[in-house]
Amino acid sequence: MSKRVAIVGIGCSGFRTTSTDLSYREMIFEAATKCYEDAGGIHPQSIDSFVASSEDFMEGISIADEYVPDQLGAVLKPVQSIAGDSLQGLASALMQIKTGQQSIVATSAFSKVSNLSHYEKVAAYATDPAYIRPLKEHPYFIAGLEMNRYLFDSCSTREQCARVVVKNRYNAFLNPRAVYGAKITLEDVICAEPVSAPLGQFDISGHLDGAIVLLLASEEKALEMTDKPIWIKGIGWATDTPNLDSRSEGLGSAHYAKLAAEKAYKMAGIKSPVKEIDFAEIDDTFSYKELQHLEALQMCGFGEAGKLLEMGCFEPGGDLPVNVSGGSLGIGYLHEANGLQRVLETALQLRGEAGKIQLTGVETGLAFAWRGIPTATGTAVVLSNRL
Amino acid sequence: MSEKLKVSGGTALSEEDIRSGKIFVTEDSLNCAYAWDTGVAINRYLAELKQGRIIATECRKCKRVMLPPRLFCELCFIPCNTWRHVKDTGTINTFSICHVHWDASRIKEGEDPHLPAVIEIDGASEGMGIMHILGEVEPEKIKIGMKVQAVWKPETERTGSINDIKYFKPL
Repeated sequence: MSKRVAIVGIGCSGFRTTSTDLSYREMIFEAATKCYEDAGGIHPQSIDSFVASSEDFMEGISIADEYVPDQLGAVLKPVQSIAGDSLQGLASALMQIKTGQQSIVATSAFSKVSNLSHYEKVAAYATDPAYIRPLKEHPYFIAGLEMNRYLFDSCSTREQCARVVVKNRYNAFLNPRAVYGAKITLEDVICAEPVSAPLGQFDISGHLDGAIVLLLASEEKALEMTDKPIWIKGIGWATDTPNLDSRSEGLGSAHYAKLAAEKAYKMAGIKSPVKEIDFAEIDDTFSYKELQHLEALQMCGFGEAGKLLEMGCFEPGGDLPVNVSGGSLGIGYLHEANGLQRVLETALQLRGEAGKIQLTGVETGLAFAWRGIPTATGTAVVLSNRL
Repeated sequence: MSEKLKVSGGTALSEEDIRSGKIFVTEDSLNCAYAWDTGVAINRYLAELKQGRIIATECRKCKRVMLPPRLFCELCFIPCNTWRHVKDTGTINTFSICHVHWDASRIKEGEDPHLPAVIEIDGASEGMGIMHILGEVEPEKIKIGMKVQAVWKPETERTGSINDIKYFKPL
C-alpha cells in the first residue's frame, strides 16, 4: 500500500454554458484525447482501468455504466461508475493503483446540465419524500438556511460573502476555462435579487457544460510517462447525516469538510496546513461556502475567513491564494465534474502551466469539492509537484 | 410463506387503506424534461434517415464501416470523418418473438407479437447493424440469416428518427 500515485495526463473540453453542437460522447472523447496526448500520447489500450463519476438524474439516464466506455476507449476494459462527485471517483481510481491491482487508471466526469430543464427538481429529489419534500421549497432554501446560520455562528458578514463573489468572478477574467468572469461590485452582489435570503442571485454559481479526464499512474509508470507528474499526496472524504435539522455541529458548520481534510492531511503527512499548503481550489458553489470551507479545512480559525478575505489574504497575490481560477462562481458549476475541475486547476498550477493565472513558487495545493445541496459530502485532495 | 407461520405483530395494510388515505400517502412526480444534444454523428444519422437513407462512418485505420455512425472509432480511438451511405437491406443477426409490451403487460389475444431484431446492414462491417423491428412476416417463418429490407414511412411523415423506418420485411 506504499505505492505513490501521480496525475500524468490532464484533458478537458466544453466549459461553455451550452454545447448543442456536441453529444456528451463527442465532448468526452475530446477531453479524453487531450488527456492521453498530454500523457505522452498513450493509447487507451494501454490503460488498465477506467472510473467515471455521474448522477443519473442529471443526465436523464439510468444505469450510467452503459454510457461510459466508448468515448474513453474503455471497451472491453474494467469500468467502474461512481454516483458521486468526481473526487470520489478520483479516490476510487487512486485506490485501484494503491492496491497494486492496476498501474494506469483514467477517471472522468462531465456536465451536460444545459440539457436539463429543471435542475431544482433533481435536487429536490435528494431530500426526504416524507418530511422535507412535501414542504415544497425550492432546494436553494437549504443554502439560505446554512448561510444564515453560518453568518450567525461565525460572526462573518453578508458583505464578506459578497466579497468572495467579487474576487472569484474577477479572477475568472484571466482563466480561459472560465465563463462567468465579471467586474462587479459588493453593492451589485448585495442588491441583487434575493433567492433564499440572505442568499441572493449573485451568491449562486452559474451552470456549465464540460468534460474532464485525468490519467493516474503508479510512481514507476508516472516517471516513465511524464516529466511533470503531480503527486496525489493525500485524500479523504466524509459524509454527514442527511438530516438537515441534526447536522453535526449544526447547519452553520461544514463538519464533513473538516473530517475529509483531516484524513487527507494525515495521509499527506501535513501537520500545519496553513504553513504547508501554498494555495487552494475549494468549493464555492455558494459565496458563503468558500469562507465556511476555508475554516473547516483549517486554513484559518473559525470566524476568521471573512476578515482575512478583507485583508486580501486570499487574493492571487495574498498569503494563501484561494480559487485563483475563479472557482465555481467564476468558471461555472459543473455538477459531479466539479471535483475534477478543482484538481485540474490545482494540477495546472503545480505544473506551471496555468498561463495568466499562474502563481509563482507553488509546490503544494489543496483541492476540495462539496457534492452540493442537499448533501453534506466533501472530498479533500492534497497535490504536490514534489515527490 | 408457510401457512404454519403466524403473523407475529403489526397491522396488515390493504390497497383500500392506501386509496382512501387512511394511512400517510405522498404523491410526487419528477416532471423533468431533458433535451439531449445528439451531436454531430447522430444528428447526421437522423437527418439522413429523414431522406430515406442510412449513413455510416468509416474508420481510416481499422476500416470498419460503423453503424450507428460515430465521430470516433472506439477501438482505434481516432476521429472518423469519412461518411458512407450504406444500403437499406441486410441480414437478420438475431431476433426474438416478444409476447410482452415494453411495460411488461402481456399482448392481448389476437394481437401480433413484437418482433425485435438486429439487422446487419449491407455495406456496413460484419456485425454492424441496426436494432429494429420486423414486419410483414409470420413469426414462425423468421430465421437467423434471412435477408430483409427497410420499409420506410412516406417522405412527408418522416421526422428524422429511427422510426422513419417502419420495420424491416423479408426480401
